[in-house]
Amino acid sequence: MSTQTSIQTSNQPLGRDDLARMVARDIKPGSFVNLGIGQPTLVSNYLEPEQNITLHTENGMLGMGPEATGDQIDGDLINAGKIPVTELPGASYFHHADSFAIMRGGHLDICVLGAFQVSATGDLANWHTGAPDAIPAVGGAMDLATGAKDVLVMMTLLTREGASKLVESCSYPLTGIGCVTRVYTDKAVFLTGPDGVRVRETFGCTLEELQALVPVPLSAAAPA
Amino acid sequence: MLNFLDTVGEAVAGIRDGSTVMIGGFGNAGQPFELIDALLDCGATDLTVVNNNAGQGDQGLALLIKEGRVKKMICSFPRQSDSWHFDAKFRAGEIELELVPQGNLAERIRAAGAGIGGFFTPTGYGTMLAEGKETRFLDGKWQVFETPIHADVALIKALTADGKGNLVYRKTARNFGPIMAAAAKHTVAQVSELVPTGGLDPEIIVTPGIYVNSIVKVA
Repeated sequence: MSTQTSIQTSNQPLGRDDLARMVARDIKPGSFVNLGIGQPTLVSNYLEPEQNITLHTENGMLGMGPEATGDQIDGDLINAGKIPVTELPGASYFHHADSFAIMRGGHLDICVLGAFQVSATGDLANWHTGAPDAIPAVGGAMDLATGAKDVLVMMTLLTREGASKLVESCSYPLTGIGCVTRVYTDKAVFLTGPDGVRVRETFGCTLEELQALVPVPLSAAAPA
Repeated sequence: MLNFLDTVGEAVAGIRDGSTVMIGGFGNAGQPFELIDALLDCGATDLTVVNNNAGQGDQGLALLIKEGRVKKMICSFPRQSDSWHFDAKFRAGEIELELVPQGNLAERIRAAGAGIGGFFTPTGYGTMLAEGKETRFLDGKWQVFETPIHADVALIKALTADGKGNLVYRKTARNFGPIMAAAAKHTVAQVSELVPTGGLDPEIIVTPGIYVNSIVKVA
């Protein structure tokens, strides 16, 4: 019991910014990183210059800087979410086939993606609800999921209806199979893989309380 | 044969009903709006259009779709907050969609330009976008067979052309331009600036002029 509760590192669930700060802190210095649209984009706000992280954007750039403001806004310089951004010293531009060769060729150290569901073995569903009236749009999600060395997910643990997004097997259409290695949620950080789901730390709940919310067997991860 | 044309109308005059047209751009960056407007004016219809998206707002590709000129879209990301013209046509069953993971889209276009008959990639394996496709276990992972995407015409936007048709682009507006230029039978580039032959440093040229057929300067 005491060993289980010891992985609780916060008295309350983490907000989006706290979670983004944690993901940023976990990225190894010198990494090449792609941040997905939405919540993962927040991570860039917490990367420290001394980490020397290079951000990749799928539309053909390494060395992407922060969002552009005022006079910096340039329609020819946007990110994957089509938001105007800036370039940092040392940036490079390249065409789309090269940009996706960077992903697909295994050159990116980390990508951070949002998700509808992640399975116990690291399957990812994040591009399509499968609803009959939905207009599907996949973008670069499947390439990132398959190509990056480490695929991290950021999401709330529960849907608005209270269902766990960490599941035994995804009911939404898949983006990639067995690709996710770590899942950052408001209630816990999960490590996924062939050996099942281990919990690195919990926020505002004990491992037992967490287990009551999640339909897959959980165990505490060995301390890093 | 490289032609320098005075008007965008001349540049798209060869596009026929039923043509497959690649249109450069990622969102609005690199989208050749003037060439698309000319395509709208020339009346060609039943087009298959290859682009990353399916139009934004009320301009460019979105208008081509709104006017019912596009029979089929081959793209990776049609749904956006301002893709209302595509959304309406799709929901009405008036436009066909081939949804392609973005890296497959880029590589299939590149393959066409490079004379490659197809390739295996892990992207999409086990997903609904790979259903019905040949798979093989290669290099320690399951991979899916993908085929090239050819086009009759590519409409692209570059920053500068020289007298040999060599092109350079600007920032992330480069995106699909270089690979589409190689993949199409006929490539039209709209540029902001023309310089004489020798006016571009050979070391910085992104698209060699061999891939370019028509160039038109737009304001």
